[in-house]
Amino acid sequence: MGNFLIRHAQSCIAALGKLCRHPIGSVLTIAVIGIALALPAGLSVVVRNGEAIAGNWETARDFSVYLKPGVSLASAEKLRDELAQTAGIAKVELISADTALSQFQATPTYDAVLAVLDDNPLPHTLVLRPEEAATTEAMTAIADELTERADVDLVQLDTEWVARLNAILDVARRSIWIAAVLLVGAVIVIVGNTIRLDIQHQRAEIEVAKLLGATDAFVRRPFLYTGFWYGLVGSLIALAVLALSLLLLSDPVARLSALYGGGFQPLGLDRDGAFTVLGGGLLAGLGGAWSAVARHLADIQPTV
Amino acid sequence: MMISFESVTKRYAGGRDGLSEVSLLIESGELAFITGHSGAGKSTLLKLIGLIERPTRGQVLMDGRNIGRLPRRAIPAHRRKIGMVFQDHKLLPDRSIFDNVSLPLIIAGMSRRDIEKRVRAALDQVSLLGREAHRPEMLSTGEQQRVGIARAVVSRPKLLIADEPTGNLDPALSLEIMLLFRRLNEVGVTTLIATHDIGLLDQLGGRRLMLDQGRLAADLQAH
Repeated sequence: MGNFLIRHAQSCIAALGKLCRHPIGSVLTIAVIGIALALPAGLSVVVRNGEAIAGNWETARDFSVYLKPGVSLASAEKLRDELAQTAGIAKVELISADTALSQFQATPTYDAVLAVLDDNPLPHTLVLRPEEAATTEAMTAIADELTERADVDLVQLDTEWVARLNAILDVARRSIWIAAVLLVGAVIVIVGNTIRLDIQHQRAEIEVAKLLGATDAFVRRPFLYTGFWYGLVGSLIALAVLALSLLLLSDPVARLSALYGGGFQPLGLDRDGAFTVLGGGLLAGLGGAWSAVARHLADIQPTV
Repeated sequence: MMISFESVTKRYAGGRDGLSEVSLLIESGELAFITGHSGAGKSTLLKLIGLIERPTRGQVLMDGRNIGRLPRRAIPAHRRKIGMVFQDHKLLPDRSIFDNVSLPLIIAGMSRRDIEKRVRAALDQVSLLGREAHRPEMLSTGEQQRVGIARAVVSRPKLLIADEPTGNLDPALSLEIMLLFRRLNEVGVTTLIATHDIGLLDQLGGRRLMLDQGRLAADLQAH
């Protein structure tokens, strides 16, 4: 048993040594593997952040009720008090036309535009905040009811685009899975091909080893370990590429986040994600090596 | 190790007979030369022993065991019991002499310390101690063949087979290599050497098995 482990350790280290002795070919192969694995991992980080953003906005399901122009402030206040009693509504805020106008006037962009107008073009607006427990269906029902009213011009549900974002994220998640499967497949092919060339290159050596009584397992072992190292180093490169990309993005993302009122902490790859990249890389490396070994080693029989 | 052939025929794909109806017995510890023209079946006979080929008919027995019937997965273990020397010595050009000679021991799973001792002992037997770090191309043809022999005996097999080991060597070097085989045989290793160099054998003695067109034409005992 001890001998068995020592032989494996020797094979393992010897395979690494061989990769180091042919640095250019190894580096190219490993770089391709790293990039292939970094792509789906990077996309999944983007989606993870998208999920976090969607999650933030899910709780802010406020919707705005714009009243028809000409509806008096008194009836607007009456409607506000009515709605405040409605089940599922946590809070109703009335933004009167005058308040809205003064808010706009404070904004330099609109200041000049509003100055040329005689009348206040803005309607009274009610901002409804649903209760935490309120379902989307209940809110939609309230919104529909409000739309029917004669004094209501427009009801704008702010949740709609959150739902759309979620749908987009679903599409993105599925796409990433497909991309991941394809790219891991590509890694298997790349490793398989590299190892196939290795086997051809070492044909003489394999023949001699078989003549001297090497078992199939003995001949196979160094190639499998080569695949193992390709997978391991390739996935570590993928993680490094990802970390570097996130570092490069951190400043612009912080600025973007600040423009949206801050509070958003961009997420990196979590531990599970990192292990998935490592596991995927190892599996692809070993799988590629195994496929090459299974197809090409048996063909090599010593001839004297 | 005792070897016996019982009416062994080897027919190659294409219908050519490498060996036909050969029967012979080689006792344990014997030194025997297999002679004959090229194509007489010398290589075929050795290939059947090393299980590089399988007999078409008849039985090849080693210590009473029919090796023609060994399953594929038993071949590696079988070959590890035999030391093989080849005409072109089959050394790995990109490995040191030490690595080349140690290969059978690495395959057998021996520990590093034992390997070092054994390799040095084997190189000592072929008078190449001190050349461990060299690569095969830095050695002369005769020296390369001696490395091949060191590799064949390093795992201390009971049977040594050599196919035209002097095929690429001049007469003086050939005699040196043959004398080396005889020394190895004297410590009890059954030794089987295929050669077409009959002139050389007159200086060596030993049993001679003469093959002609796949048949055993003469069996001259040692004198």
